Amino acid sequence: MIGFWSMAVGISLFKLLLLPSYKSTDFDVHRNWLAITHSLPVRKWYFESTSEWTLDYPPFFAWFECLLSQFAVLFDPEMLKVENVDYRSYATILFQQLSVIVTDLVYVYGVKEFCALFVSKTRKSSEKEDILQSPVIYQGRNMSAAFWFATLLNFKHIYLYIAPAYFVYLLRCYVFQSNEEGRIKWRSFSILRLIGLGIIVIAVFTLSLGPFIILNQIPQLLSRLFPFKRGLCHAYWAPNFWAMYNIVDKGLSVTGTRLKLFSVKNITTATMTGGLVQEFDHSVLPSISPIITLILSTVSMLPSLFILWSQPKGVQSFVRALILCAFGSFMFGWHVHEKAILMIIIPLSLLAIDEKKDAQIFLFMSTIGHYSLFPLLYTQFESPIKICLLVLTTLFNFTSLANVHREAWSYTSLPLLSTIESIYLLGVIPLELYSSIGHYILGLNHTLPFLPLLLTSVYCSIGVIYCWIKFYMLSYSDKPKYGKQH
Amino acid sequence: MLKMENWSIKALTCSFALLIRWSVSFFDYSGAGKTPMYGDYEAQRHWQEITVNLPVKEWYVNSTNNDLMYWGLDYPPLTAYHSFLCGIVAKYINPDWVALNTSRGYESYQHKLFMRYTVFLADILIYIPAVLWIFNSRKQSSNDSYSFIKCILLTLLYPGLILIDYGHFQYNCISLGFTIMAVASLANCHDVIGSILFCLALNYKQMELYHAIPFFCFLLGSCLRDIKHGGFFRLIKIGFGVIVTFGICWAPFLYSIESTQQVVHRLFPFARGIFEDKVSNVWCALSVVIKWKQVFTRDRILLMCLGSTLIGVLPSSIDLLFRPSFKKFRYSLVNCSMAFFLFSFQVHEKSILIPAISVCLLLPDHPFWCFWFLQISTFSMLPLLIKDGLLIPYISLMIIYGMLYYNFNPGNNVDTRQKSDSTLWIYITERLMFCISTVGVVILTLATVLVPPPERLPDLFPLVISVYSCGHFILFTLYFHYCQFTVNTGISNKQSIKSDHNGKSKLDNTESVKSKIAKSKYVKIKKKKQQ
Repeated sequence: MIGFWSMAVGISLFKLLLLPSYKSTDFDVHRNWLAITHSLPVRKWYFESTSEWTLDYPPFFAWFECLLSQFAVLFDPEMLKVENVDYRSYATILFQQLSVIVTDLVYVYGVKEFCALFVSKTRKSSEKEDILQSPVIYQGRNMSAAFWFATLLNFKHIYLYIAPAYFVYLLRCYVFQSNEEGRIKWRSFSILRLIGLGIIVIAVFTLSLGPFIILNQIPQLLSRLFPFKRGLCHAYWAPNFWAMYNIVDKGLSVTGTRLKLFSVKNITTATMTGGLVQEFDHSVLPSISPIITLILSTVSMLPSLFILWSQPKGVQSFVRALILCAFGSFMFGWHVHEKAILMIIIPLSLLAIDEKKDAQIFLFMSTIGHYSLFPLLYTQFESPIKICLLVLTTLFNFTSLANVHREAWSYTSLPLLSTIESIYLLGVIPLELYSSIGHYILGLNHTLPFLPLLLTSVYCSIGVIYCWIKFYMLSYSDKPKYGKQH
Repeated sequence: MLKMENWSIKALTCSFALLIRWSVSFFDYSGAGKTPMYGDYEAQRHWQEITVNLPVKEWYVNSTNNDLMYWGLDYPPLTAYHSFLCGIVAKYINPDWVALNTSRGYESYQHKLFMRYTVFLADILIYIPAVLWIFNSRKQSSNDSYSFIKCILLTLLYPGLILIDYGHFQYNCISLGFTIMAVASLANCHDVIGSILFCLALNYKQMELYHAIPFFCFLLGSCLRDIKHGGFFRLIKIGFGVIVTFGICWAPFLYSIESTQQVVHRLFPFARGIFEDKVSNVWCALSVVIKWKQVFTRDRILLMCLGSTLIGVLPSSIDLLFRPSFKKFRYSLVNCSMAFFLFSFQVHEKSILIPAISVCLLLPDHPFWCFWFLQISTFSMLPLLIKDGLLIPYISLMIIYGMLYYNFNPGNNVDTRQKSDSTLWIYITERLMFCISTVGVVILTLATVLVPPPERLPDLFPLVISVYSCGHFILFTLYFHYCQFTVNTGISNKQSIKSDHNGKSKLDNTESVKSKIAKSKYVKIKKKKQQ
């Protein structure tokens, strides 16, 4: 009905419309990076700290910013001065916005390659997303997949979380071969292929990190990339396991104080959602250290990798493992940002068209996941935009997937979902009404300013955890047929 | 469960329309930060200030607290009531927004948000339901379900209205929404409700007078035709409805003749010039050759305008009066309002929205011409939009709209084979003209934005744009006149005698069925020939 390219152009034009809208601090972050990479020599990149938004992405991204800054000069040279912290001229805004729109074409290209039926709209906060990795593997070009993924890792190290899936998949399906029963043929081990992959990955990393090894700056670079000084949770709790953990802790401490089980002195002041990135300790439950989160996320990934290893059913199992890795890191990771949920939703959308069961999870997850991003765009002018976008994508997903899987609309539930799931999803409506209007009418915004945030993240984390478990069960039970004979 | 799916597609369309609307409202409004007079945004805010703080009697009267020279209220009472309502809410939220005299030129983030929300709300409550209603009521007559979604989408996303309401800042959606509802209820044969709704539109914005003559002629004509079947009684009912509606709207101002006169005087300020800024109408276009204000006195110009408008309106309205049918009525809405726009006195460039909305109602029948008209009408407001800092939304909305049209009308190229040679030639010429005109639009837009005008002629580009659009508008008016006079009169004459109260919507049905049959016959014959 609507041509692909006109869709792409239309979405770009729509993004252009959002030019005067709210810019998050990420806007300043990227402007600062432009300035750093443009006006400083490479050896100072990871040491510069005039602005609080220091460069904390891998080198390729820095080079990418450097490339962008070559064009930025044409718009406004002022934005490329490191001293101009929080500089926001009209030309700067225009340039940044255009850079997002143009680099989004990479994403559009990825989607095109995948022949997707729909474009899942990423929410804009002046964020450059490169999600190039998935389609390449679908084309069976494993070598180039390795190359692209290694490159991607050097763009944005957050993708390290899903690296295990890539590693296992390439090892299992490229270095080794399967026999007709789907079992691994140990003898098919190909040392050449392993070396080939290794060379590619090492080459990419050398290219990226090489200059900094020569400069002997690796420790500094790593300390920038992995800032464990930040707290367990982001200012707004991402809807994951730790959100639940926090709320249980909070509940225990409140009831504990009421029942006078322990004295008030021990209770740290309740500033967990205080808005700033900071550390805090739990009051009743044991506090969490980075190591624990690392162990938990690894443990949560292992079964999925095992499933992938034992019964690889082509790309589908790979994408599932990828999603499960992303889920694991999202659930238990240290200082997880709520935007990371996109790493789950986008690969899920790739699966949704093929299988009904995946579609069910995708619908549930995309609705609740996108809703969980609402607090990010908290300014009032943006509220109608985010609501319209959510309604638009959700309705579109439901309508088109109901069509694809020939599922009818009924009065008791949304298509493809059970009644309880539907009720949960519709529960978002009263929640949003409360947090945007009801909270102010009740006059609680002075005494309990963070209650809506807390409610949102707890409500969403229930859904996300549910999805995670359901998806794990699905991946486990949905074995290929030949696997069941043994 | 096809119903449910239909519903979800409608909801998708509406939420898309809302999304686009709201994203335009991020941009500046007219007169943002421009002291001392600001723009329409300040006018609306000022009206809230006046209506909230002063008693009804003083709203339209010059006084120490109500300086009519500073954005005095010059819209009919319904606008004043609406401002009053908004003003109460504004006062509740922040009394500074509407404080008497001290709040002049008040601007803030929160206030902009509030004002934008009032438009958004009016749109959701009036305009969007109206559009859904009118195309829903016509659904049976259209062949496929897509065409009706397409019409809804193209009407809701008409860039001109969005840019003026959400960018420039006005409440056109209310009066236009009432008009559409009135047409929709006439389509469903609720004559009295229709005329009441139209009176509401008229009482919101006097510009709706552009549409008044077709309404009058259609209702009078159909009543006179059925005079033996209770038409006279219907006429009385309609008249009664109109008088009561007007009476209620004007009640607070009817206590004395002077007060009524004062309001009327405010509504029709003949003291202003023949046109404001650069308008794409005949007078402005001819002003390139004749300097009206130097050659003629104001009264003379007034007479000329009156005369030419009357002549422009006559053909279409007389035809409608004596051969009333709903189809003709829709054409006449366009034709009469265009005559007003092209010839009448003191036209504003934003007034093109009024004919444009009646063109939207013709989208099911003439998608190509309507689309062309709507694009040009938006283009004709370009100088105003640039002044308001709305260039970016203008460009993106125009392109989005064009793409929507082309994606929804792939059939344009497909059925060329079925057409005979003469229609094919017409088809090709139409497309060719459209392409040339679009190239012209693109060139003029680029020139206006990029090329600085010569010093001696600072108004060069606005003037060229208005002459260019005026030429188009004359062409469109002629085309729609042609359509009105050739709309299958044979059938409608026969039908119209029989058709009484309930006949009109059937009429559209039978026409489309007949054309369908004719088409299928034609295809069959062709297939046989091929065999």
